[in-house]
Amino acid sequence: MSLILASINYWVTIILMIGGLYIVVAHGNMVKKLVGLSIFQTSVYLLFLSPGKILGGTAPIISEKFEVYSNPLPHVLILTAIVVGVATIALGMALVVRINEAYGTIEDDEVHEMEQD
Amino acid sequence: MIRDTIILRVVIKLLLPAILLFALYVQFHGDYGPGGGFQAGVAAAAAIILYGLVFGVSAARKIVPQKFLFSLIPIGVLVFSGTGIVSWFFGANYLDYSPFGSDSKSGQHLGILIVELGVFITVFSTMLAIFYSFAGRSEILSLDGDTDK
Amino acid sequence: MEFLQEQLPALQVVLPLVAASLCALFRFGYLSWLITLSSSILSFLVAVFLLLRVLEQGIISYEIGGWSPPFGIEYRVDLINAFVLLIVSGVSAVIVPYTQKSISARFDSTEQSWFYCMYLLVLTGLLGVTITGDAFNIFVFLEISSLASYAMIAMGRDRRGLTAAYQYLIMGTIGATFIVIGIGLLWAMTGTLNLYDLAGRLPEIKNTRPVLAALAFLTVGVSLKLALFPLHLWLPNAYAYGPSVASAFLAGTATKVAIYLLLRFFFTIFGGATFFTETPLPEILKILALLAMFAASIVAIFQSNIKRMLAYSSVAQIGFIVLGISYATETSLTGAMTHMFNHAIMKAGLFLLLGAIMFRLGSVKIEALSGIGRKMPLTMAGFVILGLSLIGAPGTAGFISKWYLGLGALEQGEWWILVLIVSASLLTMIYIGRVVEVAYFREPTDEVVQLKEAPSEMLWPAYLLIAAAIYFGFDTSFSADLARQAAVLLVNAVY
Repeated sequence: MSLILASINYWVTIILMIGGLYIVVAHGNMVKKLVGLSIFQTSVYLLFLSPGKILGGTAPIISEKFEVYSNPLPHVLILTAIVVGVATIALGMALVVRINEAYGTIEDDEVHEMEQD
Repeated sequence: MIRDTIILRVVIKLLLPAILLFALYVQFHGDYGPGGGFQAGVAAAAAIILYGLVFGVSAARKIVPQKFLFSLIPIGVLVFSGTGIVSWFFGANYLDYSPFGSDSKSGQHLGILIVELGVFITVFSTMLAIFYSFAGRSEILSLDGDTDK
Repeated sequence: MEFLQEQLPALQVVLPLVAASLCALFRFGYLSWLITLSSSILSFLVAVFLLLRVLEQGIISYEIGGWSPPFGIEYRVDLINAFVLLIVSGVSAVIVPYTQKSISARFDSTEQSWFYCMYLLVLTGLLGVTITGDAFNIFVFLEISSLASYAMIAMGRDRRGLTAAYQYLIMGTIGATFIVIGIGLLWAMTGTLNLYDLAGRLPEIKNTRPVLAALAFLTVGVSLKLALFPLHLWLPNAYAYGPSVASAFLAGTATKVAIYLLLRFFFTIFGGATFFTETPLPEILKILALLAMFAASIVAIFQSNIKRMLAYSSVAQIGFIVLGISYATETSLTGAMTHMFNHAIMKAGLFLLLGAIMFRLGSVKIEALSGIGRKMPLTMAGFVILGLSLIGAPGTAGFISKWYLGLGALEQGEWWILVLIVSASLLTMIYIGRVVEVAYFREPTDEVVQLKEAPSEMLWPAYLLIAAAIYFGFDTSFSADLARQAAVLLVNAVY
């Protein structure tokens, strides 16, 4: 138990990662797939952010009052990754809207069936 | 569109200036504290989106016309990349703002403000464009008469 | 213009980025095409200058924003990525003159502009991935190019283009996320994101579990992007149902850049071929590569849509390249990099010619093409030449790279690999032969009889690539020799 609590952030990361990936693979609904993809990407944000946090550290603005600073790098990286995630989901949703207009359904297997003939 | 809910309409009119002001604060305070063009752009776009949700997308389009919006996206990118190109003419590397001011500190300060402005413009317009495209999709379709393939 | 000399690495990426913004700003089709054309050609010139400078004075390091590495982002050009930059920008510069005819036939002025904007963003992303020396930057540029290519594929004329783009988006994003996880683990272990700083720190801790996990994540992620069998499922539909220009461009560049990433990750940052051969990776990659060469070729034989057939053929050719990587010797890596170069030329050319057929006939189903060799002689002649090169006939570029791949296998005493390479090439002969048989030895159908030769704007870019495929079959001083120098750098992890 203490093993889990000591590195709770990594356990959460792993659960989100596997959960997200499972949704992408297991669900036939294209919107749900995108939701899974989003969760999967979110797990990575946590993976980057948690080693950047130093207990008792403050924002990295140099001042005489503080000695311990958190690492600002992961925040910058993850802000960029979030932008990429937003763009991916927006594009994915746009594609789903167009697929719905073209096929009348957003279920994977039904679309696949229509493509066969 | 929720045309009849007077409470929402009044509250949103009160909220809008506050949201926009906060967006501008985040934008211009971004070089001293947490914040910057990305957060500010999203906040400002959220204000317009909120307005559009309650008063309808066509009302929002009157504030920020779609055509104008689509031009804003590349303009923001051009502001950003143009700032980098200006550095070249000072003989510095791409996006090195140090030569913009009398010393490197003020140069960096000025440079980051301009670049963040570019980020703000692009993020704001992209967020709104996404909203317009999704929310306005049914309107476009009904105007055209049928779905486009 | 003197100062531009120093700024070439940044210019390489900024040029297409600014051009893409201008296309999106003006939204006028013909103007956008002119912008795309000029910026593509300029990018190619920049890549040529960069290569010349690298040959002359060695590695070029460029500090973005004046922040010195490893703190700031560094663009770093050595022989390996200068070579890849040249492939990407060169293929792009050849394709752009072709696009105008093909794209203006189908889209209105605004849509054309968006298409060119996407095209240039793909180019920006691919050049960025290749030139940057920062691991996280690689991810960002990779996603710029991937997102733009999803949008480009969705613009195909078939509604199946939409589902192909969606599928590509899902697989591509999983791949990219795997790559970030890998980069994140490496960063957590070393505290640096600069590839060359990583290369200095990793060898000490290379056998720790997080680093090995990072290697696994990076391998799977990049393999998804480069469509290594069995992670290739997105590729056939994406190439088959996207616009012909997009297929030609992506087939020529996107997978090549992914292969470059694989080389960078495996060799440069993990300390050369010694570490790579200690891991179980060579065996795994060799098996997958052989499976790709055979399974994808056999599937290609049974395709009725020629674009899909060529897409499966791409998967098979990627198998050849990965086979070369799996040996990790100088000769085999030379083969892999030469094949990367040659395959970019051949596949882009083949897709361009198919686009010309699509433009005239409106279909690329194999049965619709009967007798087309008589009506579009130049197009089909080009198809045959490039097809021969794809098979690896002596006198064409394809022969050179397969020669080096075979030599690489022989050096290791594995002569049976040579047999397998030859038999996989025979499978290539079967599917190219099927097209040739239908095109030349059958009576033209009523539709084909009315056809005219493809317009010259579409033919000469393809013929440029055909000429290159023949030229590099005889003169290897550029392709194979450069590839060999790059391979030496990779094997010994010189950076």
